[in-house]
Amino acid sequence: MMREQLSVQDLQNKCIDLKKKVVDMICKAGSGHPGGSLSVAEFVTACYWHEMDVDPQDPRRADRDRFVLSKGHAAPAQYAALAMKGFFPEELLDTLRKEGSPLQGHPSMTKCPGIDISTGSLGQGLACAVGMALAAKMDGASWRVYCAVGDGESQEGEIWEAANTAHKYGLDNLVVFLDNNNLQIDGTCDEVMPNGDLGAKFRAFGFDVYEIDGNDMAQMVAALDLARAVKNGKPKCIVGHTVKGKGVSFMENAVGWHGVAPSQAECSQALAELDAQYVK
Amino acid sequence: MSEVVKKATRDGFGEAITALGRANRNIVVIDMDLGKSCKTGQFMKELPDQYIDVGIAEQNGAGLAAGLASCGKIPYVVTYAAFSSMRMLEMIRQEICYTGLNVRIIGAHGGFTPAFDGASHQAIEDMGLLRTLPGMTVVMPADYVSAKKLVAASETYEGPLYLRLTRDAIPVLYGEDEEFAIGKAHLIREGNDAAILANGDTVRKALEAADMLAQEGIRARVLDVHTIKPLDTEAVTAALKETGRVVTVEDHNIIGGLGSAVCELAAELGCGRVRRIGVQDRFGESAPYERLLEKNGITAENIAKTVKELTAI
Repeated sequence: MMREQLSVQDLQNKCIDLKKKVVDMICKAGSGHPGGSLSVAEFVTACYWHEMDVDPQDPRRADRDRFVLSKGHAAPAQYAALAMKGFFPEELLDTLRKEGSPLQGHPSMTKCPGIDISTGSLGQGLACAVGMALAAKMDGASWRVYCAVGDGESQEGEIWEAANTAHKYGLDNLVVFLDNNNLQIDGTCDEVMPNGDLGAKFRAFGFDVYEIDGNDMAQMVAALDLARAVKNGKPKCIVGHTVKGKGVSFMENAVGWHGVAPSQAECSQALAELDAQYVK
Repeated sequence: MSEVVKKATRDGFGEAITALGRANRNIVVIDMDLGKSCKTGQFMKELPDQYIDVGIAEQNGAGLAAGLASCGKIPYVVTYAAFSSMRMLEMIRQEICYTGLNVRIIGAHGGFTPAFDGASHQAIEDMGLLRTLPGMTVVMPADYVSAKKLVAASETYEGPLYLRLTRDAIPVLYGEDEEFAIGKAHLIREGNDAAILANGDTVRKALEAADMLAQEGIRARVLDVHTIKPLDTEAVTAALKETGRVVTVEDHNIIGGLGSAVCELAAELGCGRVRRIGVQDRFGESAPYERLLEKNGITAENIAKTVKELTAI
């Protein structure tokens, strides 16, 4: 299996497919986290259809690229990508959060093919991603690690401990995507606990930082390409300024849509809105 | 009486881990600025490419270990027991136990052994806490030899494992040719009048107590229950059934550790009387190690007395 490399337009359309599955599966599950799944969707899409070398026929292949969803509550976005890539049948998406389903509320590596590490309790995934990137360096391997971190999640101290370690060991095979949607459960990040300038913080921790509109596919692809090209012994951080709930008007920038499932009517409206966004 | 040879279990760990690392390049040590104290110095010197120091950042170290293990490495996370259990407890739960990864966590300076450091450094809860995590194995060797052997056995052990060490040199109890298996209690002395089940440095106190009892004609079985999870139910059941009287001894809170594990089994079997000797559900303080044990009744005299009380019932 090689990296798929779709055009930006095809990636945009793939991302809409993915977002539709996110909304639909959360509606069917009756619970889940639509807002943060939608804000990170462009990153997930770009990783699976532009950036990463993964093999649905051999999900544990030793030299695959790794994906760590440190903000594990956005699991529906990764589940949609894995289903669309063929890691498991798309019908399985309808079992999200249901008893016996491999699609747990938060990703489980022992239950779901294509999940490289279990996450859910915030702040921990980045340390795991750093461990993976270190393993690659120790083995002189060329595979890479991609990790999605939430901005609310960045209030956890462990994120910064892991950032320190990534810098110390020169992990330029690690790309952190900071999903900077400025919303968390109890309000805006600025209200709950201001993160300040996250780009400056990661820069101070020794990362190369690329600040982009994290819902703009062209910028996403350019940033990933740059992060891959610059082999200077510094870990990379793409600070994506995103909109929580991006693509569904009534979910956009709305705190209330962090962890609430849409009703059937809301789901239909969301799918219609997303349908209208395909690029022809 | 022949001279007692004393060696620290942490030295046993340091030697064993270096030997493992030499033979297997997937063995990785993750230190947290306590390498000198936890005896990973030789490993660091000889095997720098398999050595990571994350600094004083335990939570990150646990997550990093999970990431390494998910890629086929066998990481040993090394720090003091108080931190390697409690500071990183939730990381162990989510990233190491829930995932079932082959991470080994070393809890150096377990129990009261960092005596003069005071309560902040004395882990008296660690084994009990980790025992409640699904899939976790919890081990405490009694001496230098068994520490070396149990560390060596951990290389190929399937799943997460916590191994607790002591600080100072303690008597070497075992010969170099004795075998130890994780999950299998080690029978040190036969006896059917009572059984003393201990682990760590308290095993030697159990033996002293057995000697005292022998002088009074009471033959006490002594078992080194170095693995409290999975508990060797076969050996413990036999002790409960064949002696009917079991005293547990540990340098750990009487809640949660070996004593609890044995009581759970005894209650479910409906067989045998059990008395627990250990830390009396209170914090330690800066004091000599032996004094701390004494204040909690962890002495050969109290073990012997407790056995006699049980045999009198």
